Amino acid sequence: MRWIWFDRFEEFESGTRAVAVKNVTLAEDHLHDHFPGFPVMPASLLIEGMAQTAGILVGEARRFREKVILAKVQRAVFHELVRPGQQVRFEARIEQLHQAGAVTRGTIHCGTTLVGEVDLVFSHIDQNLGGREFPEENFVFTEEFLALLTTYRQRGTERIRL
Amino acid sequence: MDALSVEPDEVTETATLFNDLGAESIDFLDIIFRLEKAFGVKISQDELTQNDIITNPAYQENRKLNAAGLKALKERIRDGDWATFEKDPSIDKIQSVFTVGTIVNFIEQKLAAK
Repeated sequence: MRWIWFDRFEEFESGTRAVAVKNVTLAEDHLHDHFPGFPVMPASLLIEGMAQTAGILVGEARRFREKVILAKVQRAVFHELVRPGQQVRFEARIEQLHQAGAVTRGTIHCGTTLVGEVDLVFSHIDQNLGGREFPEENFVFTEEFLALLTTYRQRGTERIRL
Repeated sequence: MDALSVEPDEVTETATLFNDLGAESIDFLDIIFRLEKAFGVKISQDELTQNDIITNPAYQENRKLNAAGLKALKERIRDGDWATFEKDPSIDKIQSVFTVGTIVNFIEQKLAAK
């Protein structure tokens, strides 16, 4: 299984906000254990989906020059369960963007129902931790992640011929 | 308070962020963002953690501050809690010096300079 917790971007406003959606399906193994006979998308993975949506938004704001790491979950509140067959919509907004990192505010909806609210702090790790050095290569934004953005940008302008 | 999930009566001026209030290094970033929002000032983490001193080769040996470095730091950080740091002045542990009073002083200086 790949560690990608949304399927595609729906909207992307550079440096401001991004909306991504994920279709929840019983093909995901973990749903059979969480819980047997009562599959529910784990709240931790909803936070991860938001972190990926918001993280790419924060990364793109600095043209992926920074290694953006989820530093802290400032707030995570969940109101409803997410079940297979539902589509989750992650909406992330940058509240503060800084040399050292960023704060994002996020909402998670299924249809018109507010499922959760997740506010995150991201660190630009090369700018922190007292000059400790990390590998040159940007190990955060792998091609797998950047492909999500490329696909979004190409949609409607270039069609893939089958 | 929200950044560290502590009660208001725990936040006294002499309380250290790390030992008394249980902060971790990453909480500094969160605190900086919250202070910027609350007070309308721009703060760089380097400024708060005195990066120019702790990365200055003249002030350190084997990632520990030397006497000159410690002196420079003491002149800069007010209301710090030096007892622990002086025993082991490892650069990675500099944040143990910070008290609530240190942050208050820092913000007062920023607001005065505004």
